[in-house]
Amino acid sequence: MKLVIAYINPYKLDEVRDALKEAGVSGLTAANVEGFGRQAGHVETYRGSEYEVDMVPKVRIEVLTDDTLLPIIISTIERTARTGAIGDGKIAVLPVEDVIRIRTGERGREAV
Amino acid sequence: MNSGDTAWMLMSSALVLFMTPGLAFFYGGMVRAKNTLGMLMKNYVAMGLVTVTWIVVGYTLAFGTDLGGGMLGGLDYLGLKGVAIDIAKGEQAGAIHGATVPDAVIMVFQMMFAIITPALISGAIAERMKFSAWAVFIAIWSIVVYAPVAHWVWSAHGFIFEHIKAVDFAGGTVVHINAGAAALAAVLIIGPRLGFRQSPIRPHSLPLTLLGAGMLWFGWFGFNGGSSFGANALAVNAFIVTQIAAGVAGTAWLLMEQFQHGKPTTLGFASGAVAGLVAITPAAGFVGYLAAVAIGVAAGVVCYLALQIKFALNFDDALDVVAVHLVGGILGSLLTGVFSESRINPSVLDGLFFGGGSTQLIRQTIAVVVAFGFSFIISFVLLKLVDAVIGLRITEAEERRGLDISLHEEQSYALTE
Repeated sequence: MKLVIAYINPYKLDEVRDALKEAGVSGLTAANVEGFGRQAGHVETYRGSEYEVDMVPKVRIEVLTDDTLLPIIISTIERTARTGAIGDGKIAVLPVEDVIRIRTGERGREAV
Repeated sequence: MNSGDTAWMLMSSALVLFMTPGLAFFYGGMVRAKNTLGMLMKNYVAMGLVTVTWIVVGYTLAFGTDLGGGMLGGLDYLGLKGVAIDIAKGEQAGAIHGATVPDAVIMVFQMMFAIITPALISGAIAERMKFSAWAVFIAIWSIVVYAPVAHWVWSAHGFIFEHIKAVDFAGGTVVHINAGAAALAAVLIIGPRLGFRQSPIRPHSLPLTLLGAGMLWFGWFGFNGGSSFGANALAVNAFIVTQIAAGVAGTAWLLMEQFQHGKPTTLGFASGAVAGLVAITPAAGFVGYLAAVAIGVAAGVVCYLALQIKFALNFDDALDVVAVHLVGGILGSLLTGVFSESRINPSVLDGLFFGGGSTQLIRQTIAVVVAFGFSFIISFVLLKLVDAVIGLRITEAEERRGLDISLHEEQSYALTE
């Protein structure tokens, strides 16, 4: 089992989610986050005072999956989140020791 | 008693009261999330404390029988003695104010001004002042600074009104210069916030700020429109010039931002509108529509440029009370002497622009200097005293943690539910 964590542009969330659903993903979690990478920040001006803001808003999505679906999930996120410009984000894949569905107590692949 | 006038004055009193929550949200959105409740509270508590100080002693010091020289009212209405409505007669003659509405109505209308004026100061000391010190400060300030200035300017025998003959329709000197000068004294004593000019201190919720600005704008129709003390032609004039100045100043501020930074901002529009409302306040019952356009342009441009004062002089006026209220108040008070017209209000001379010469402008200038000097000095001394006895400033640890938790043990934005 794997945990896929992807950092994507916020405006890509709907597209990525719809494509993952279509690919057979049964659930995901998303959160608004801020971070910095190669993408430059921007300057915000409040009452004439300029602030260099290097933290850029992103969405982090997390998908728990069994190993069979993993390649499809990665290619789906890559395909839908890519614009070709700096700031498209990253995908990380982590090994998962166990998964437990809280309601039923199912464990492992059953719980994914 | 005129029922139409009384209805308008009661409505106006409610409108002016509504400005203090408006101000709270205008300021509350501009601070960091951890200080939101601390900011709201410093405004809301004025509605509690100043209500009490006003009925006990503030009103009589402002509007009691003059003690001599137009300096202060006597204690004849201490605890509102003699101001109550005679229910049996169904009315009360306007013996104190000589208006067509019961004196009690004017007392409560004026109370709302006494409440919002110290609340205005809270923007300057945002994110770092103790609640206890603030409460003590505004309660005393409403008695020793606000009430005397209100007497000078708005009481029939006040020396600025009767002898200097400067005019202030709805509070350019009494409210805005008064609060702005106190704000300047406060920032000089309390010092800058941790991280001022080092790390970005950004507004946490501009939607709250715009909501507050809208409430202020709405309430200002009572503030200026009610200062005619009746539902009359002067109220109509004040109402319309208020709208014109606010709209023009908000737009002018946006243009300044567009030229200087290339992007118009929501905070800029809200700030400009409030600056316009401040500047038209002393003038609203004395100037016409085109003058309101000029005053609006001047407020949008001058108050925008005045934002730089705090960086030039290196003081942390957190939410720009000096640039908006002190500078805007001075600007409006002086421009009243430029654009006043006796055809609109016979109690004023024609201003510089309308062939009346500089007489009214000179009177206005004296009033500005007197109000600024008095408020700055007395506020400075009072703040020093409060600092010595209670301490104005929270600890560094409390400041880092934020006012909401440190002062009130509450949170604006909890993570769950």
